[in-house]
Amino acid sequence: MAKITYIEHDGAEHVIDVKNGLTVMEGAVKNNVPGIDADCGGACACATCHVYVDAAWEGKTGEKSAMEESMLDFAENVEPNSRLSCQIKVSDALDGLVVRMPESQH
Amino acid sequence: MSSPDAHVVIVGAGHAGGTLAALLRQYGHPGKITLVGTEPIPPYQRPPLSKAWLKGEADADSLALKPLEFYGDNGIDFRPSVTATAINRGDRTVALSDGSSVAYDALVLATGARAIKLPLEGADLKGLLELRTAADAEALKAALGPGKTIAIVGGGYIGLEAAASSRALGADAVVIEREPRLLARVACETLSTFFQDYHEKHGVRFELGATVNGFEGRDGHVTGVKLADGRTIACDYALIGVGAHPNDELAREAGLDVARGVVVDLEARTSDPAIFAIGDVAHRPMPIYDRMFRMESVPNALEQAKQAACAITGRPAPAGEVPWQWSDQYDLKLQIAGYAFDVDQILLRGDPASGKFAIFHLAGDKVQSVEAINSPPEFMMGRMLIGNRKSVNIDKLADPTVSMKEVAA
Repeated sequence: MAKITYIEHDGAEHVIDVKNGLTVMEGAVKNNVPGIDADCGGACACATCHVYVDAAWEGKTGEKSAMEESMLDFAENVEPNSRLSCQIKVSDALDGLVVRMPESQH
Repeated sequence: MSSPDAHVVIVGAGHAGGTLAALLRQYGHPGKITLVGTEPIPPYQRPPLSKAWLKGEADADSLALKPLEFYGDNGIDFRPSVTATAINRGDRTVALSDGSSVAYDALVLATGARAIKLPLEGADLKGLLELRTAADAEALKAALGPGKTIAIVGGGYIGLEAAASSRALGADAVVIEREPRLLARVACETLSTFFQDYHEKHGVRFELGATVNGFEGRDGHVTGVKLADGRTIACDYALIGVGAHPNDELAREAGLDVARGVVVDLEARTSDPAIFAIGDVAHRPMPIYDRMFRMESVPNALEQAKQAACAITGRPAPAGEVPWQWSDQYDLKLQIAGYAFDVDQILLRGDPASGKFAIFHLAGDKVQSVEAINSPPEFMMGRMLIGNRKSVNIDKLADPTVSMKEVAA
């Protein structure tokens, strides 16, 4: 279990307990947190679950696959700390994770 | 319409209906929401049923759009295992299969589509499967394993995904297709040939240009698929994946306009302003192609859920979209944007032998659709070009050494 803080673009914060094994995307979508669309449900096919990972956590969220890297390359407003949240698996090690959302996923 | 006592009744608890219920709350709809579903479980994702779930890489929890308690917690009256039987537009009520009747201020038909059945000899044998619901997928998963042979009738995306998953689970797979090539209705020949080769390398057998005449059985269980040329393809199970038919009977009986699905506008509104239709059942306008058609895809279900949620809550309509879909088979990710309408040129970018290429369908110098295999840049930029209707330099597009960013610039 990890407590994850999702911060919408307008600053609205959602603190959610997310079960291990789910993805950061699923933690948001299953709790109706707005701002992460995840149109493809986690297949790394759409780049609509884009988040910015808080600087303190960048090393702990795993490496980007070539597919994720390539999809992100064409998303809007990408920063060095951008990730597709469907590709980050939740574990105890991510307890306290903070992610921010871009203005739009489309 | 979004007055505190406005009651939204959603008939159909699939991807479209489930998404709409959640979006209405996200958009601040204060009134009652009732979500009626034929299946016994809350809304879930169907795409993984032929892919990750079938291979055991996703569980029931991860399939669910939201956990069951979400509905109660958010004041959504979710009624599983109930089917709507009639709409009374005069007094704005829907009759349900449990004998009750629900009054609506806005009614949303999200009844989806059903697998087409083959009216052939032996079609009532046990072991004939289809793949539409979680229950169907459970039955298919139980049928697959080493030493088993599955005959798959229909070489479309469902059939091919099931074939790939069957091989991953150690079962033999034979795909039987009426047309001389795979994906005949939805993809160009280059892609058909590529998929056939790839599946054959993974041990899938194909019977193309083969008409199915019926099914053979022993003790009430299927043992083979009979072909028109007299041969029988032996199998332990047969999966029928020959397309789907919209569940539009409720709308027809209620006198709503129905074409190849329930006719709606860009707000997902039917010919009755109090009734909407979304997802696989809807026959909808697609402005970038200046046409109306019916789509069976998750992105379409999500888009129309947004259109209806905006209309019901009084938000501005979402910006126009470019339709898209995807398929996973083995280590291949196919991403498709757009539809190949009015195409006068098909352009290949990259080399199929490398397992990484894209096919662009052009009308003059405009991109109408793109099929991208393991090629996210071609998909993402192609989708953008379809949406913005920009002219492209064909020579640059055909040259994979020119980046897609430069092509789209």
